Amino acid sequence: MSDTHSETVAYVRETMLPPEPPPLAESGAIKWLRENLFSGPLNIALTFVGLGIVWLVVSTVGPWLSHSVWNAGSMAECRQVIAETWGQGATGACFALIKHRWNQFMFGFYPQALYWRPVLAFGLLFLALAPVLFSESARARRIVLGLSMALTFVIAMVLGAPMAALMGMAVLMLAWAALIETRPQWSLLASLVYPFIAVWLLWGGSLWSEAMVLAGFGLGFVVWRLLAARFGLLAFALAVVAAVAWWLLLAGPLASMLAGVLPLRLRPVSSDQFGGFVLSITIGVAGIALSLPLGVILALARRSDLPVIKLLAVMFIEFIRGVPLITLLFVASLLLNYFLPPGTNFDIILRVIIMVTLFAAAYMAEVIRGGLAALPKGQYEAADALGLDYWKAQRLIVLPQALKISIPGIVSTFIGMFKDTTLVVFVGLFDPLKAMADTIRASFEWKGAYWEPYIFVGAIFFILCFGMSRYSMYLERRLKRDHR
Amino acid sequence: MTRQTTAIPAAGDEAAIEIVKLNKWYGTFHVLRDIDLVVSRGERIVIAGPSGSGKSTLIRCINRLEEHQAGKIIVDGTELTHDLKNIDKVRSEVGMVFQHFNLFPHLTILENCTLAPIWVRKIPKREAEETAMHFLTKVKIPEQAHKYPGQLSGGQQQRVAIARALCMRPRIMLFDEPTSALDPEMIKEVLDTMIELAEDGMTMLCVTHEMGFAQAVAHRVIFMDQGQIVEQNTPREFFNNPRSERTKLFLSQILGH
Repeated sequence: MSDTHSETVAYVRETMLPPEPPPLAESGAIKWLRENLFSGPLNIALTFVGLGIVWLVVSTVGPWLSHSVWNAGSMAECRQVIAETWGQGATGACFALIKHRWNQFMFGFYPQALYWRPVLAFGLLFLALAPVLFSESARARRIVLGLSMALTFVIAMVLGAPMAALMGMAVLMLAWAALIETRPQWSLLASLVYPFIAVWLLWGGSLWSEAMVLAGFGLGFVVWRLLAARFGLLAFALAVVAAVAWWLLLAGPLASMLAGVLPLRLRPVSSDQFGGFVLSITIGVAGIALSLPLGVILALARRSDLPVIKLLAVMFIEFIRGVPLITLLFVASLLLNYFLPPGTNFDIILRVIIMVTLFAAAYMAEVIRGGLAALPKGQYEAADALGLDYWKAQRLIVLPQALKISIPGIVSTFIGMFKDTTLVVFVGLFDPLKAMADTIRASFEWKGAYWEPYIFVGAIFFILCFGMSRYSMYLERRLKRDHR
Repeated sequence: MTRQTTAIPAAGDEAAIEIVKLNKWYGTFHVLRDIDLVVSRGERIVIAGPSGSGKSTLIRCINRLEEHQAGKIIVDGTELTHDLKNIDKVRSEVGMVFQHFNLFPHLTILENCTLAPIWVRKIPKREAEETAMHFLTKVKIPEQAHKYPGQLSGGQQQRVAIARALCMRPRIMLFDEPTSALDPEMIKEVLDTMIELAEDGMTMLCVTHEMGFAQAVAHRVIFMDQGQIVEQNTPREFFNNPRSERTKLFLSQILGH
């Protein structure tokens, strides 16, 4: 021991030891195998059982998939091709069906000449979301913007959009993207206007009716802003009254008057022509966008000190969670008609969206309540001690943290809700999984195709849901604040 | 900490805090019993006592983090009642520093300091940031302004918490055991910050076990036990010549080793 006085009792270190790298771990495939697969008799047995199961699955599904046929006009033709190539009795998938009926899976019975409209609505969705979803990373945002614009344009062109529409969408998308990149704050307003553009593109009709609905929201907001300082919560009620009065009394006549001056019309498409993924994504996106704010409000209400508000929130959440979604959908399709005054034409997709939203919001509320409960009491106290009022404390301190904690649960609820949109088949809408597959199977050519549509629709759902899941993980990493 | 204690400022026309016959219960547990306390402007008070004696509860009543059931609390001329406007007014005048810092982990240090001035005081962002940098410099961590609280040591976090409270330009500062959650090496940096604040003439109420700090800066030490004020005196008299048996026992326990 040359560098210490270890031979004496009193010990003084004279040189500090420098940090050294850890010893090189033993590595190699054999070590890994031994440790993870063959570490004992039980594990050896389990390994072989596992291998057996894998073999069983692969040996049955493998040939079926590898024999798949992608070019054929009918099921009979498919079978013939398989028999010719792989011999009599060979099985094989007939994915030619997907190719043949692709448009129907995607658009349902939407008029073929108008396919570009849902495509544009879907493409614009990414423009509306990009500034919100990728606010912190300009690179990711630009990639998303560029890809969605290019794909939307190309797909719309391939689907035969008229020249005027192509020009219009190019100008709209480029202007919007420029707005996002130069004035991010203003682009959030454009994102708020997006739902109205999407509704117009999907259902067609006069743009003025959507504009008047939007103006009603604007009017309500202005009333609230002007009166909030003086009347508090009463101002909110007055704003609602003003907006409703606007919609009921002025919106209709004004819309038709403006349409007379400047007709901005698209060919109307009725709700029963919707189907396939256009329908699923419409309901899913609307449900997701509406259920999050509603869930936040319900979660806050359930933790409120005001007994009436708390009771209402508890009753709502427990009732909706206690009832199967299908029940609510039946209520939407059948019962609402009895309650509403005769003659009211209340769109079926809108009714379904409302029910799906309420259903998801109840789950969302509980997920967010978990996040709120996980926040240390000190955060509330610090916000109080600084003089922040309830709403400011919620908005600036509590919700940003609670929502961040709840991201996995929120996205789970989104994913669950999106998949649940296939249940609209029970109220006569053409969801892609059951209704669309049955429709295609009912045709003479594709009789007997059983697995293929399910596999295809399942794969599309998987891609969309997996995308949401990956985004949520990206967001969690982005928002991590503790160890950077 | 051998500084001479300055004289208690004369109780002026209006007291900073006036507490009259304050009573509070947690359920059936009588946690504060008949507390009477007048704090003059510029006065520095240290509140000591065994745990569970109600000292934290007392100062948390002053900005109504805890609600009292009987008695009166008047802060800076505003009485604390159920009126939310009064509560928010008092809270924006009274700064508070907590045992566990309670910084907002999702905001940077600078944002922690500017949030309340911007949203409560309606001060323009740039001005609020200048004020924040001024106070962060005062607590000697301006270079950490753009980090997040999770990246700072406990002592640094507590100094940020003090700066955050000061950014609201409070007239009164409450400290609820500000050094109890800190490592010994970090206690001094926080106490030094507090001493500096005391020298600027801030009205301070401080719940703490740091008796050296009490001796150095307090005008008055209040000893609490079982929800009551048992003894109050100047630090010199309090430490050298305690009157009650309970105080003697407490002092022998905390100074005994």
